[in-house]
Amino acid sequence: MTTALTPRRGTAVIVLTFLIAIVLAVMPLPEWARLYRPPWVTLVLIYWALALPQRVGVGVGFVLGILLDTLTGTLLGQHALPLSLVAYITLKTHQRVRLFPLWQQAVFVLGLLVIERLLRMAAMGASGRDTPGSEFWLAAVAGALLWPWAYFVLRDLRRRFRVS
Amino acid sequence: MAVDHRQHHLQFVRSALAVLTSPLQRLAQLPVTAVDWFSETFATRRRLRDDNDALREANLVLKARLQKLDALEAENLQLRNLLDSSIKVGERVLIGELISVDLDPYTQQVTINKGSTSGVYEGQPVLDAEAVMGQVVHTTPFTSRVLLVTDTSHAIPVQVQRNGLRTIAVGTGRTNQLELPYLPINADIRQGDVLVTSGLGGTFPPGYPVASVSTVSRRAGEAFPHVLATPQAHLDRVREVLLVWTMSPLQVLQAQDQARSEEPAAATEPVPAPAPGPSGAQAAAPPAPAAAAPAGKPKPAAHGRTPAAGTRGTGPKPPAPTKPSHPAPAGGGAR
Repeated sequence: MTTALTPRRGTAVIVLTFLIAIVLAVMPLPEWARLYRPPWVTLVLIYWALALPQRVGVGVGFVLGILLDTLTGTLLGQHALPLSLVAYITLKTHQRVRLFPLWQQAVFVLGLLVIERLLRMAAMGASGRDTPGSEFWLAAVAGALLWPWAYFVLRDLRRRFRVS
Repeated sequence: MAVDHRQHHLQFVRSALAVLTSPLQRLAQLPVTAVDWFSETFATRRRLRDDNDALREANLVLKARLQKLDALEAENLQLRNLLDSSIKVGERVLIGELISVDLDPYTQQVTINKGSTSGVYEGQPVLDAEAVMGQVVHTTPFTSRVLLVTDTSHAIPVQVQRNGLRTIAVGTGRTNQLELPYLPINADIRQGDVLVTSGLGGTFPPGYPVASVSTVSRRAGEAFPHVLATPQAHLDRVREVLLVWTMSPLQVLQAQDQARSEEPAAATEPVPAPAPGPSGAQAAAPPAPAAAAPAGKPKPAAHGRTPAAGTRGTGPKPPAPTKPSHPAPAGGGAR
């Protein structure tokens, strides 16, 4: 790709999508739906790390995670560490994953989300909280099911505003 | 993570970040605010009238009760004076509003719209109209986070209202359940018993309702009964909360001493006129502070501040049972 040579464009779009994802992540939901809230920020992060690996990476993931930690009142790092790891894995594999058909990408995303949840569970366990039950993993499934949709929306945004 | 968990060096980082992210919170709250605005603006006349009627009725009942309370309070003060025991704990309240933002679904916390600029401090008790909700665990200049009594890392010292039996209520992580793990098998506790704060531990003022016992099961061969209680606060529905400033008896005494040294005339009678005097003047200043402030005019404001400062000193590590960082050891075992 020649993107490395072209000037950076569309930073505002990237920031805006992340902001929207964060707002969605703390938007109040009815009690029954709270456990199924898809990890919006992770999805958006995975997309941008796949599409623009030279711009969005571990650092962005870490900053997003810290913001989420302060917003949701978790330990500093409980979101930051998993998001950094997710960004890292995506960066390492982006050349292969980009060529996958969409459903295969969704499976890959499911794997990433499960890893993210695993790390969060480890953090919760280490800080002396109860380990959550099986419903803890449903959010990862919800996120994977939403991946195709998120992918199309974000891809159209990227093409429309020529983010590079 | 470990640094954040074990020590509290990162508190100021957190506060700074929280100020940065507060616009996002406002944004996330927008839909809820909009819905509220719509329902308020387009309320039907009939509904408003019904509401008004209901409120007027409630007000009447409450006023009747208040009359009695005034008399009782005066009597109580007099009796305590006779006994020469410490006077009633002084209290000041502030109303905060919940910010509708979802926090981590695996912790029982809420955010409110009053922060350290309003004098909110860590460890401060939070109530709703019915009962105790929880305590403040983190403050930023404009918002603060409240740990609810139902969080697994929260324990609150309580007392059975019927017979004064003291114990500790531990959160279970579910919004409608508390657990009482530290009761002997033959403890006198029944379904329907009301649990009130016992005031031990110093974080919560004594005498506020917390929960009512929902199930008591004693199985043969077990050393402890399995007791569950339902919080009386509407933890999942409430919109407005009361923040309470309490004064421990020690602080009250200190304030009294101060008052004495300032105005020797008032020394002989630490709890002066305003309480017994009924009627007009009393009705103008209904809530508790009237009884709390032992000396004349300049005091109330100072009182408000003394407890805040005093409790902040001991705030982050409150005495035994109400420590908000680790669940009590028996909490996991009983489940």
